[in-house]
Amino acid sequence: MAQPDKPAAAAGRANTKKELPERFRQHKHVWVFVEQERGQVHPVSWELMGEGRKLADKLGVQLAGVVIGPPGPAVAEAAREAACWGADLVYTITNEILAEYRNEPYSKALTDLVETHKPEILLLGATTLGRDLAGSVATTLATGLTADCTALDVDADGSLAATRPTFGGSLLCTIYTLNFRPQMATVRPRVMAMPERVERPLGRLVEHPLAMVEEDVVTKVLRFLPDRDQATSNLAYADVVVAGGLGLGSPENFQLVQQLAGVLGGEYGCSRPLVQKGWQPAERQIGQTGKTIRPKLYIAAGISGAIQHRVGVEGADLIVAINTDKNAPIFDFAHIGVVGDAMHLLPMLTEAFRRRLSPHIRDRLAG
Amino acid sequence: MHVVVCIKQVPDSAQIRVHPVTNTIMRQGVPTIINPYDLYAVEEALRLRDRHGGTVTVLTMGPPMAEESLRKALTFGADRAVLLTDRFFAGSDTLATSYALASAITAIGERFEPVDIVFTGKQTIDGDTAQVGPGIAKRLGLAQLTYVSRVAALDLAGGTIEVDRRAEGGVQALRTRLPCLVTMLEGTNEIRRGSLPDALRAARAEIAVWSAKDAGIADVTKCGLRGSPTVVKRVFAPTPRAEKATLVDPAGAGAADALIAAMFAARPRLEAELATLVRGY
Amino acid sequence: MTEKFDAIVVGAGMAGNAAALTMAKRGLKVLQIERGEYPGAKNVQGAILYADAVEKLVPGFRDDAPLERHLVEQRFWMMDDTSHTGLHYRSEDFNEEKPNRYTIIRSQFDRWLSRQVQEAGGLVLCETTVTELLTDGRGRVIGVRTDRRDGDVLADVVILAEGVNGLLGSRAGLRERPAPENVALAVKEMHFLPRETIEARFNLKGEEGVVIEAAGTISRGMTGMGFLYTNRESISIGIGCLVSDMARAGHAPYALLEAFKRHPSVAPLLEGSEVKEYAGHLIPEGGYRAIPKLYGDGWLVAGDAAQLNNAIHREGSNLALTSGQIAGETVAELYARRAAPTARALAAYEARLNDSFVMKDLKKYKDMPALLHAGSQNYFLTYPQLVSKAMQNFVRVDGVPKIEKERRTLRSVLAARSLGGLLGDAVRMARAWR
Ligand SMILES: Cc1cc2nc3c(=O)[nH]c(=O)nc-3n(C[C@H](O)[C@H](O)[C@H](O)COP(=O)(O)OP(=O)(O)OC[C@H]3O[C@@H](n4cnc5c(N)ncnc54)[C@H](O)[C@@H]3O)c2cc1C
Ligand SMILES: Cc1cc2nc3c(=O)[nH]c(=O)nc-3n(C[C@H](O)[C@H](O)[C@H](O)COP(=O)(O)OP(=O)(O)OC[C@H]3O[C@@H](n4cnc5c(N)ncnc54)[C@H](O)[C@@H]3O)c2cc1C
Ligand SMILES: Nc1ncnc2c1ncn2[C@@H]1O[C@H](COP(=O)(O)O)[C@@H](O)[C@H]1O
Repeated sequence: MAQPDKPAAAAGRANTKKELPERFRQHKHVWVFVEQERGQVHPVSWELMGEGRKLADKLGVQLAGVVIGPPGPAVAEAAREAACWGADLVYTITNEILAEYRNEPYSKALTDLVETHKPEILLLGATTLGRDLAGSVATTLATGLTADCTALDVDADGSLAATRPTFGGSLLCTIYTLNFRPQMATVRPRVMAMPERVERPLGRLVEHPLAMVEEDVVTKVLRFLPDRDQATSNLAYADVVVAGGLGLGSPENFQLVQQLAGVLGGEYGCSRPLVQKGWQPAERQIGQTGKTIRPKLYIAAGISGAIQHRVGVEGADLIVAINTDKNAPIFDFAHIGVVGDAMHLLPMLTEAFRRRLSPHIRDRLAG
Repeated sequence: MHVVVCIKQVPDSAQIRVHPVTNTIMRQGVPTIINPYDLYAVEEALRLRDRHGGTVTVLTMGPPMAEESLRKALTFGADRAVLLTDRFFAGSDTLATSYALASAITAIGERFEPVDIVFTGKQTIDGDTAQVGPGIAKRLGLAQLTYVSRVAALDLAGGTIEVDRRAEGGVQALRTRLPCLVTMLEGTNEIRRGSLPDALRAARAEIAVWSAKDAGIADVTKCGLRGSPTVVKRVFAPTPRAEKATLVDPAGAGAADALIAAMFAARPRLEAELATLVRGY
Repeated sequence: MTEKFDAIVVGAGMAGNAAALTMAKRGLKVLQIERGEYPGAKNVQGAILYADAVEKLVPGFRDDAPLERHLVEQRFWMMDDTSHTGLHYRSEDFNEEKPNRYTIIRSQFDRWLSRQVQEAGGLVLCETTVTELLTDGRGRVIGVRTDRRDGDVLADVVILAEGVNGLLGSRAGLRERPAPENVALAVKEMHFLPRETIEARFNLKGEEGVVIEAAGTISRGMTGMGFLYTNRESISIGIGCLVSDMARAGHAPYALLEAFKRHPSVAPLLEGSEVKEYAGHLIPEGGYRAIPKLYGDGWLVAGDAAQLNNAIHREGSNLALTSGQIAGETVAELYARRAAPTARALAAYEARLNDSFVMKDLKKYKDMPALLHAGSQNYFLTYPQLVSKAMQNFVRVDGVPKIEKERRTLRSVLAARSLGGLLGDAVRMARAWR
């Protein structure tokens, strides 16, 4: 992605757009990389499918899913699912060497596929896998890649306009890949809303071969250790998130946040300084360099609401902030605020919710 | 063993301000720092050198001022520093940056000694793309190990390396052949404080300043703005939310109930949703 | 193996940089040690820079030093809670080829000055704190200990330019830490605004700048002053009061600053700005009588660490630069003569300081600190209120005959302070000023 440092200069160049070189004219259709690992599709793929659908409709082209993995039911299942989330057709590449994600075979597979079937837009999730893969593929194809987009659109002449935060979130910039194809972009999980799933048969399935054997791959997977604390990976997808910041004052006070999250059946998270201080693991961090969340309810206690935190929580339906400083920036984007001491309010709130929700808790115990 | 660490000098984005009218970055007085993620890469490289011997070369592409960051890396204990600076590099996107850095790494390998491992940070705090590392690896044809939390084993004689890599939902233990490229995850180590002799050596060190030509770049159209397929067309400020938060009075015993009432009023479906959640919990 | 230098300078502020630069230029092997992340990282100043002292050190500094605005207008404000009575001096003469005073941002200026030191061959180590002076057992300073591993370094002479706290010097028993009645605590904020806004609000064009210095009820009867300086894209605003007064009155410095910012004469100047930096720092205000011992066997002290600060004229950086330069020259001359930097040889430093404006100015005002301190209630509370009342009475047109107005003013003055008291204050002030 270009440094949005000198927009004037860049804009000058952008205006010098040439005719798209001949070799790129055949590039057509929008592709979404469907990230499938160990039989699980990462939900960001369906979020992207929703975005991809809109782009394809605007361009009047087809939307394709790309599924890569080992032979077996998982890839086929993911392909069928892709149709339900909006794909008109699905490309699959299966091979034993694709059992676990490794950069070499995956980037070769995807690069080959792009060179053969020539999409104009290729979208990937900005997950560890997606970023690892996208960087290699874009470099091999010598095309532009815009990371961590927050909005995607096509402009009047059909170019992909990819908008992303820059300078720590204080500005946004819109980036184009005018003279190269495909136009590539990654998007972080939860930045885009999940589309509606509609039961639909798969339109077309195109299987593509991968001419590579295990001996060609120098990198070997010795082990895979799944995270013990699965909850941390649920944080991004939780419906209720309660988070604490430096205003909590001490690591012990963090349990007030955990208790409220517990009563609400939600997850808990934190601002970055708590990770830096070692009070919470990195997986719990919410914000620009942590997780983006889109819960139905977000409660922030003792968090000032710096821009880097804000960009991670703005998608929440309801933001409630507790902060002693009435001028804290969090009150600029929270829906409901309480100017008060979190240590005092959190236990009260936990208790009040417990009372209020107890019939449902009893229901659960009874049922 | 020869390790090259790519570091970038970045503006401390916590201190960046945006001009309220023109939406340009007001750089005045904004200090620059070594990209925080790169410090983990530097420390990991130094640890490997302490254990296995050899040298650590730090490399940056940037304006002449970026020399400060290199000198600082020398203070930590790096052995050699190369500053890649040339007007041809201005306006590079990640593709052009990785091209320039890959060329310089090749030149470093030829001029000094063959390179076994290239380290980068996971990402920068200004570009924030995590693409430059993979870009360098691809151009140099190196095995690519991203999001690494630990170098578990290094066998120089056998030419292999084992690392733990953060993947979605777990940790992959990977083994690959040297040379390779590693991008380091944050929080994996703590940068050391060099000794006084290290600091004196760093203050005196000659830093190699290379132009595009010095880095063996024959085709400068692959650098800078010209070599960048992406184009920034528009920079703008996020639209602020129109209204501020509705404030609930924190005083009194009923404060919590009042707050809950306000939440349910703002989002009528919330109570039912919470009920489902609590039941499923 | 401990390395040895001709001279070590502790601190890379104004005084330290001047000393290091002077010696490096004269060919000495100089090591300068600074605890901040870079020179100027944490240094706090208003900040007004007086060109003369810099000129003598780096002729032609205007070409590339990071300067903000040159000052064309000086405002003195005497404030009560709702008004200010001002004396404004603005002159086109200040738009001269080599302007006399500039606003600067210390973090940038110190970095630039430090680069001059490095280019002259001085070795500068940052993020390194000197923790102790090394002595030979007979009181002669022979080097320093730092907080780094293997952290000792030796030198023939150590110049202490460690700023107002002077921890190192006091720990080594070379002098006492400054007494609370001899230091002011100043707090300061940077308010960022687009340059067009600043220029419109202060009636400036190009690189012109304005200074406001304010005294009165804003310090709530304590000895103190507020200031507001225009930078290119920001405004520095701060207030400082004697530490002993603050301790007695129990006022928190940031509360004073908040009130100063909210003052109706100040608030519109800051409207819409973004605050990015908040800093607190001490200023030596004891004047001539508080100056400690300036040299000894193998050491010299310069700048704020030596209490060389003219609080009346709000000059500090220039005294630091000049004292640092003189310290450097003194050492360089001994070095050239291959003379040992004994206490006796280094006495030349004090002699030269006495000959310079540094000591002459401080001597002139030697009684001012005590005077202001003793009469602070009058100077900072009563008089500003009286002046404001008088001014208001003077300009308000309300059908009261002028002669009656004058009488009222006189009465309110005498009610607040007896004639004897007034005259006494005037005489005391005149004497101290002389
Ligand atoms: C490149 C970069 C990336 C970053 N990424 C992230 C990120 O992903 N996520 C993130 O969160 N931050 C991130 N940050 C950091 C961010 O800029 C802020 O520093 C951080 O969010 C502040 O955390 P905080 O709100 O917990 O602490 P503070 O800003 O210190 O705020 C603490 C708040 O608590 C309030 N408070 C104090 N006592 C109480 C009390 N008793 N009850 C209630 N309130 C109280 C205070 O009024 C204050 O508003 C990033 C920064 C940079 C430079
Ligand atoms: C709010 C404020 C406003 C002011 N406004 C003005 C003004 O407008 N004009 C003016 O001329 N003066 C002004 N002054 C005074 C001026 O800032 C000082 O007089 C001047 O900075 C003194 O320079 P110095 O080199 O003696 O000390 P400093 O500038 O304080 O430098 C001391 C240096 O030593 C370093 N140091 C300290 N201890 C150690 C150690 N143990 N090891 C290593 N390094 C160490 C410090 O980090 C620092 O960099 C102001 C001061 C303040 C606080
Ligand atoms: N200009 C540069 N000079 C040296 N290294 C760089 C540069 N830009 C990026 N890198 C390296 O690439 C990593 C990823 O950067 P990015 O893709 O910008 O997020 C950084 O952590 C650095 O290690």
